[in-house]
Amino acid sequence: MNKTISKADNGSQTIKVLLAWAFVGIPLLWGISETLANAMRLFR
Amino acid sequence: MSVTTSYEGGGARSPGLLDRARIIAHPGFNRWLVPPAALCVHLCIGQAYAFSVFNLPMTKLIGITKSVPGDWKLTELGWIFSIAIAFLGISSALTGAWLDRVGPRKAMFIAACCFGGGFLISAVGVYLHELWIIYLGYGVLGGFGLGIGYISPVKTLITWFPDRPGMATGLAIMGFGGGAMIASPLSVLLMRHFSTPTHVGVAETFVVLGVVYFCFMTIGAIIVRVPSPDWHPRGWVPPAQPKRMVTTNDVHVDQALKTPQFYLLWLVLCLNVTAGIGVLGQASAMSQEMFPGRVSPLAAAGFVGLLSLFNMLGRFFWASTSDLIGRRNTYTIFFLLGLALYVLVPNTSSIGSVALFVACFAVIISMYGGGFATIPAYLKDIFGVRYVGAIHGRLLTAWSAAGVFGPVLVNYIREYQITHGVPKAQAYTVTMYIMAALLVVGLICNLLMRPVHEKHHLKEEQALA
Repeated sequence: MNKTISKADNGSQTIKVLLAWAFVGIPLLWGISETLANAMRLFR
Repeated sequence: MSVTTSYEGGGARSPGLLDRARIIAHPGFNRWLVPPAALCVHLCIGQAYAFSVFNLPMTKLIGITKSVPGDWKLTELGWIFSIAIAFLGISSALTGAWLDRVGPRKAMFIAACCFGGGFLISAVGVYLHELWIIYLGYGVLGGFGLGIGYISPVKTLITWFPDRPGMATGLAIMGFGGGAMIASPLSVLLMRHFSTPTHVGVAETFVVLGVVYFCFMTIGAIIVRVPSPDWHPRGWVPPAQPKRMVTTNDVHVDQALKTPQFYLLWLVLCLNVTAGIGVLGQASAMSQEMFPGRVSPLAAAGFVGLLSLFNMLGRFFWASTSDLIGRRNTYTIFFLLGLALYVLVPNTSSIGSVALFVACFAVIISMYGGGFATIPAYLKDIFGVRYVGAIHGRLLTAWSAAGVFGPVLVNYIREYQITHGVPKAQAYTVTMYIMAALLVVGLICNLLMRPVHEKHHLKEEQALA
């Protein structure tokens, strides 16, 4: 368990984290933008 | 790191792809990969909140442009969602302890099979025009997927984020609120794509959604990892002097049911949800009836969408806030602020302020979502980490109860008021006051919360077993 974590390992982990968040974040942002566009009708 | 597991009876074999032993994280694993894994599941099962988008098209499967004799009625279709929510509570209560044992990957994969499979079976039901198949498909099987998927990542997130358990579970459960915002426009797009002059396109939409949700949830199951038992966040040391309302002991799931704290928390969740869910179900009609001529059906749909957004944001905001101010204080805010806002709502109609009305409900619904997202961390504080998933599963029966109680309360009181000559614009006044009264009861339950008596704690030898 005391294995040293190399810089390369750290870099690939960071890329994985970014990709994973993009995978869930992009559909969510699309849903939010659609919702906000519809909600604007309430104040027109 | 070895992934070999010993089994009784001698010998050893490699753990299966879905086994807990297979997903123990290696040193250096970035824990921020776990919330997106949980979101993969919660963003999908959150679709349940948007199921009503299919109701109207499903009343015209035979008539296509309008409902004709032989078409399903809205009242019959309403049962699909109710059955799904009932089975969410049942499955989470029944499978919580098992899920804690088998780990999140197997649980998430089974949830994917049930939820995706529920859509595929429902597509057959639409194709054959047999409603009972949809009750079984989306309602029972999909409901099981909802329950298993909902609780599967909770304990994993709490163990990965002992320093911020509220924020971690808030992130995942936020997905459940956000799922509807994706599902609703996506379903409309798909139905538009598949519809023809002789066909409404619901069955094909169910097939596509079933496949997409299965894949998305399975990716979450592939990503998820559990920490090794000796892991803790870098630089984090457990507080030497734990807070009064945060235990360092564990309470067994069966023992938790013998404590008054479990039932107080059940009531706290049930009352908070009852107040919110009743309003969510009636939001469109309520906004139009309280502001006749000022809120169009289209604007009311926008209002419902806005509530979904605040439902989602509230889950992250309030759960994260609870890490700073404590769970009991967070719920105290929900009940006190909710009480004030429910009393204020009828006045927004009398002064004709749509903006104030929207603002009141935006905050109310943020606290409804916040209640869901804060409860896992509250359970962890009171009963410890070890059985939190299983205890959370059993507590979710409060959601099922509120799912029936809330809408019934709002709908029946409204009907009663209107049949007794109360104008529609004022028909919700009594309901709002009743909701406020429910919140007072919730506040009392929350203030009665105390740490669990040590006689319920897991003994050292049991804890090591």
